[in-house]
Amino acid sequence: MSDDDEIILSELNDDELVLQMHDDLYDGLKEEIAEGVTILLERNWTPYDVLTKSLVEGMRIVGIDFRDGILFVPEVLLAANAMKEGMGILRPLLAETGAPKVGKMVIGTVKGDIHDIGKNLVGMMMEGAGFDVIDLGINNPVEDYLAAIEEHKPDILGMSALLTTTMPYMKVVIDTMKEMGIRDDHIVLVGGAPLNEEFGSAIGADAYCRDAAVAVETAKEWMARKHNQLASA
Amino acid sequence: MNLPDDEILTDIGLVNDTGAQNAPGSVLLIGCGALAREILAVKSANSWDHMTLRCLPAKLHLYPEQITPAVRDAIRKGRNDGFETIYILYADCGTGGHLDALCKEEGVERIAGPHCYSFFDGNEAFALRADDEMCAFYLTDFLVKQFDAFVWKPMGLDRHPELRDMYFGNYEKLIYLAQTKDSKLDDKAKECADRLGLTFERRATGYGDLSRAMELLADI
Repeated sequence: MSDDDEIILSELNDDELVLQMHDDLYDGLKEEIAEGVTILLERNWTPYDVLTKSLVEGMRIVGIDFRDGILFVPEVLLAANAMKEGMGILRPLLAETGAPKVGKMVIGTVKGDIHDIGKNLVGMMMEGAGFDVIDLGINNPVEDYLAAIEEHKPDILGMSALLTTTMPYMKVVIDTMKEMGIRDDHIVLVGGAPLNEEFGSAIGADAYCRDAAVAVETAKEWMARKHNQLASA
Repeated sequence: MNLPDDEILTDIGLVNDTGAQNAPGSVLLIGCGALAREILAVKSANSWDHMTLRCLPAKLHLYPEQITPAVRDAIRKGRNDGFETIYILYADCGTGGHLDALCKEEGVERIAGPHCYSFFDGNEAFALRADDEMCAFYLTDFLVKQFDAFVWKPMGLDRHPELRDMYFGNYEKLIYLAQTKDSKLDDKAKECADRLGLTFERRATGYGDLSRAMELLADI
């Protein structure tokens, strides 16, 4: 692209800028995303609107194209890195302004497994969708999940595994929750490359989530069900 | 026979290694292209001429959801070609149990193990080391040779090297599970470890449980 074609973000009106940010997120341009977020904030957008209309909507488009096989993992990671850059600016502001919270999620990769790319994507997308996310990191024994449940009282527990050998550990966690009588107090979502719906259902999870975008939709759906149950109780 | 080169094993697989099909007592091995060289080495060393090997493209590993349907087609083709005994030389390989379900449905057996790293190392030994080697990334002879095609390029590291630590930040070492003794492969494996920013270890495994699984088919 020649210099003549260079887009000056600050010269775009709000609608054009948001669309450009969707493109920049798609292309994984983190400096441009940081700049776009800053410009919208300077134009007195609320942090919540910047988050939802530019970053979350942009990642939603990325998620659709990933699902449809147009984008692949490297491109999604670049987009996620760009979103992370924007989130870094927005996170403290969102906390200050008391943006609406949809629910709370504890998430972690199971014991014996160090893979966290999918988990990190889910965590970031959930945060973007308005969830409080407590990330336990990798290699979590059942005790870590239980301690986090006790401390944070999440609506949702998310477990991730990349290995065929580690994914059965999710059942250990769910069975322990059953033994303790707390299983039904939480929505349990599971995900990871070798998992599938049959596995999720066989171990007693509420749902298997194929990717980060599906995880967000599933989490929202289950939260709505939970609210409806509480309302009718 | 002249084995096709690794690029062909990656993209196309191996159509048929011998003309032994239809003979009484013949066995069809349906394997992964990434194992063709090793399977044929074991077969040849033991003169198991009653075994015919057909391999699916090794690149199916990049899309594990495609493995089970491809194996199903290969089993049915094998049956149509008159093979009574069919054995699957694929581990679970990220199919999440779907390959096992297919084997049950079709009444065939497969080599035990979650992946080839495990059965080359010996499934029992590999499982025992699982905790200690949680932060290990494994390569086999084939994967060392095809490192760019199976690791570097599919992960986008040729275009975006800055993603390396997102993928490999939690890993500590690369363990090269060596099926053969080849100093050039050792050097290349070490170079792979350097490129990934990992320490290097070489472990001579030979063919591990692959030999033992094929031995069970020797007298059929």
